[in-house]
Amino acid sequence: MVQSFDRSQGRVGVAAAAAPASEATFTGNRGLQIEEPLIFELGQSGRCGVDLPEPPKVKDRLNGLRRTGEIGLPGLSEPQVVQHYTRLSQKNYAIDMGVYSLGSCTMKHNPRLNEKVARLPGIGDLHPLQPVSTVQGALEVIDSLAHWLKTLTGMPAVAMSPAAGAHGEMCGMMAVAAALEAKGERGQRKVVLAPESAHGTNPATAAALGFTVKPIPANERGRVDLLALKAALGPANGSEVAAIMLTNPNTCGLFENDIIEIAQAVHAAGAYFYCDGANFNAIVGRVRPGDLGVDCMHINLHKTFSTPHGGGGPGAGPVVLSAALASHAPYPWIVRDGEGWRIAEEGREIAGTPIGRLKAFHGQMGMFTRALAYIMSHGADGLRQASADAVLSANYVMASLKDVMSPAFDGPCMHEALFDDSFLKDTGVSTLDFAKAMIDEGYHPMTMYFPLVVHGALLIEPTESQAKEDLDLFIAALRSLAERAKGGQSADAFKAAPRFAPRRRLDETLAARKPVLRWRPSNRPPEDDPLKQAAE
Amino acid sequence: MSTVKYSNEHEWIRVEGDIGTIGITQYAQEQLGDVVFVELPQAGRKVAKGEACAVVESVKAASDIYAPVSGEVTEANAALGDAPGDVNAEPTGRGWFFKLRLADKSELDGLMDEAAYAGFVKALA
Amino acid sequence: MRYLPLTETDRRDMLHAIGARSVDELFKDVPACARLSSKIAGLPDHQGELEVERAFQAYAAKNLSPASVPFFVGAGAYRHHVPSTVDYVIQRGEFLTSYTPYQPEITQGTLQYLFEFQTQVTLLAGMEVANASMYDGSTAASEAVLMANRITRRHKALLSGGLHPQYRRVIETTARWEGFSAASGKADPLGLEDLIARVDKDTSCVVVQNPSFFGHVRDFSRLADACHAAGALLIVVVTEVVSLGLLKPPGEMGADIVVCEGQSIGNGLGFGGPYVGLFATREKYLRQMPGRLVGETVDAEGKRGFVLTLSTREQHIRREKATSNICTNAGLCALAFTVHLTLLGEAGFRRLAELNHAKACELAERVAAVPGVSLLNDSFFNEFTVRLAKPAAAVVEALASKRILAGVPVSRLIPDDPEVDNLLLLAVTETATEHGMAPLVAALKEVL
Repeated sequence: MVQSFDRSQGRVGVAAAAAPASEATFTGNRGLQIEEPLIFELGQSGRCGVDLPEPPKVKDRLNGLRRTGEIGLPGLSEPQVVQHYTRLSQKNYAIDMGVYSLGSCTMKHNPRLNEKVARLPGIGDLHPLQPVSTVQGALEVIDSLAHWLKTLTGMPAVAMSPAAGAHGEMCGMMAVAAALEAKGERGQRKVVLAPESAHGTNPATAAALGFTVKPIPANERGRVDLLALKAALGPANGSEVAAIMLTNPNTCGLFENDIIEIAQAVHAAGAYFYCDGANFNAIVGRVRPGDLGVDCMHINLHKTFSTPHGGGGPGAGPVVLSAALASHAPYPWIVRDGEGWRIAEEGREIAGTPIGRLKAFHGQMGMFTRALAYIMSHGADGLRQASADAVLSANYVMASLKDVMSPAFDGPCMHEALFDDSFLKDTGVSTLDFAKAMIDEGYHPMTMYFPLVVHGALLIEPTESQAKEDLDLFIAALRSLAERAKGGQSADAFKAAPRFAPRRRLDETLAARKPVLRWRPSNRPPEDDPLKQAAE
Repeated sequence: MSTVKYSNEHEWIRVEGDIGTIGITQYAQEQLGDVVFVELPQAGRKVAKGEACAVVESVKAASDIYAPVSGEVTEANAALGDAPGDVNAEPTGRGWFFKLRLADKSELDGLMDEAAYAGFVKALA
Repeated sequence: MRYLPLTETDRRDMLHAIGARSVDELFKDVPACARLSSKIAGLPDHQGELEVERAFQAYAAKNLSPASVPFFVGAGAYRHHVPSTVDYVIQRGEFLTSYTPYQPEITQGTLQYLFEFQTQVTLLAGMEVANASMYDGSTAASEAVLMANRITRRHKALLSGGLHPQYRRVIETTARWEGFSAASGKADPLGLEDLIARVDKDTSCVVVQNPSFFGHVRDFSRLADACHAAGALLIVVVTEVVSLGLLKPPGEMGADIVVCEGQSIGNGLGFGGPYVGLFATREKYLRQMPGRLVGETVDAEGKRGFVLTLSTREQHIRREKATSNICTNAGLCALAFTVHLTLLGEAGFRRLAELNHAKACELAERVAAVPGVSLLNDSFFNEFTVRLAKPAAAVVEALASKRILAGVPVSRLIPDDPEVDNLLLLAVTETATEHGMAPLVAALKEVL
């Protein structure tokens, strides 16, 4: 099967031929790389991984709605389950294995202390609707974290319940809509400004709330074009603008140095400043967003405060709010009440006009405990040092690679170093190929093709968690790849990468054209089963 | 006798009588990459010039298709449902998107002919 | 600081390589007036592991742990036994500290378990396709309504009075700010409402819960037919996913979208989150479904593998035209769900459900025999509603002071309806024992 395309972003080059017969093994395994079927191909009826007592016989109360027929779940014993998921785990790259330079995702160390405290009896096992008198310590945890977040951002209020960053954006922009409504301006202010380099969630959030998104171009220094912004906020159409959604430090890894002027222009036009706080980790303890004129900002606890990324969630996205928006924070509010705390929910006395409720219960408590453990471990001094080390490491990577790769912009960066693909021009190697070759060197690639404002973007975020020796090896590996790419003649080798990962490049086109989204008995062809093969 | 015209959104329209067949150009399919899905307008839908009326998706991109002229959709290329790859293989042949009955043939004058479109694409490179 | 590997020498050398004199110089793009010259005042400095752990033990000591007392609290979050294997697997660093599987060649572990998860969810719900999870049940319910609005191009959702009140609030909040109508039925403690009469040609969807918030078990097949006849969709919400081991699945009732709170399988109570939302639908609605999806494919050597797919629905590509602004799932909670359900398998999952139901039947009978208590339900799974002779909130408080966590007073979630003041929800899982039930019954006798 030889297809030969791979011209642009994310195209799947399926170029390599199958392994020669001499390298084939009977099992298909390659040493520690063990092929693993799906649980549905392992299960046997009659096996079970739990021992439960025989249920007492009762006359059922199911209103005649007892399930008939098999569900179709496979039966596995406990050792099989442990082996299955252990083998699967070994097909993953992880922060615990080394440099995970995925820009804008902040793959910093996830301390195990966080996991331990989140599981303590009396914390991890509380029911959200136990009487409030029996969960005072849990409410104190939420309030303590809230205090840290407010102090670190210099903002007067925080909404704790959003379940993730994008959910926090929804919360913040609903609060903006509520504030506009209170002023009788919601019908008139329908435009949200967002830089071209914005995360996709920003326009998606604004559009969901009925706003029209107006993109603001970037200048040649990778920042918001201040003149274009001021024009959009000027007398002609400034009265139509509800808010600006701006990431700072921005998605190019740069601090918006006109930020204060931007905030003033936004406020002068009667609009609000939503700051996407995805990159707050660069500035914690060194800059307070409240001092910049921000009205609301979500904080991704899994980025800045080290809660585990867990294969893509769960997240948590508390939103800090300015005095102008604070009264619109959603239910529930955790309120200090004499010696203790109470939960202000719907129908209870509350000093504001909440936008409503964003999720059941009180927020991502398991993430709060982990984030608080991280924050307490670092303290005010350590948080400030962590930001400094993150920025220092990114600039070190940038400085060490600038002669062989092509930095997208001049000057110091913040926590991540952005390159474009001009260093790969005429080499036949694309950003994607370069990234896949990093896999063979034992690294998780950087973020590719984002932000969109830079051609063939490569966004590297080393974080503060890597020792200098590890950064030096990472840098040397990237230099070697860049030099190999530029040396010519090696494009085919890049296109064949990765060669040493559990899988070669996967055919994403096939996956999308004929979606197979669940297992069915026909999924495993007999040639994939060594036992069946041997029997034949 | 048919005429073929091009829009600056990289659509082509081939007009025979008052029926126009619409698809995307070779250049557009190259930019998109492997097409995995096409969403087409239903027959009978009236579309205005410049209105988004179809979507073409590759693995990593989705693009709206805008009606190059106004009219009423008479037929959509149902075969693309099973074979979206036709858009890559034969963008101006089997990979057509839909046909419409033109409301105002003078709108064609605002579109490019083959030579003008070739120049337009060249300028993008 | 134990988490920071750079030494002062490293920092000096790195600054030298960069050509900067100090770290402050790297922050020169920050306007001078906003640059903090020293650490923020009034916050404590760093602490060792021992000190932090002690602080958390002190927080824990101010709470009443369910493990140590008779416990019957439910209402959307349930206390089940989680096998130790589950926590072992999810704490493996390769799962815990990996991210969204953007590079499929080195994230097959995550992708394969999500594919297994998707398959398990379709089987439980009796549906054709499922996504790789949502934040939780309540947000999934809200996303389901948005999806129904997109599919039907209508803007009026009808919410059952048996829907969890906080789920209802979440949908109403979305409706209010995203601009559609969400008409709620009155709270339905007796399970008698008739929604069929309220479905009309403007209805985009009807949202029901099974078992309902008050515990009733209902067949929604006729409602599904009525919805479909009117061009509307039926959304079935399940907040206790263990019930699907025993009950006819929503897919067999004709549901178009099924959303569940998956917490009960594999995930502890955790004071309300993070949990895991399950989301399943019909194949024909696939492209309107929110959230991540994993699909099967082959690699360059023809070997089976898995990738994120159909991502053109999502915000990072479609931006303002995306099906949802969501860009995360509940990966690790989904893994916990999958591992636990794999341990249970067909036989274990069914037995777990039987056990829950049998214990609930037992407690219902015993509690109903207490003077001043009447059982409202004819049908239930593992949770039911009783009417007390006194306001339930005060009774629950009184029992809490006796170290019995006796369920959720309905007024906690529906504060503005005096008719529910005396109603108490009691949940019983496999974790309930005679040592828990007997003190509850005795204490109710005493208090009422």
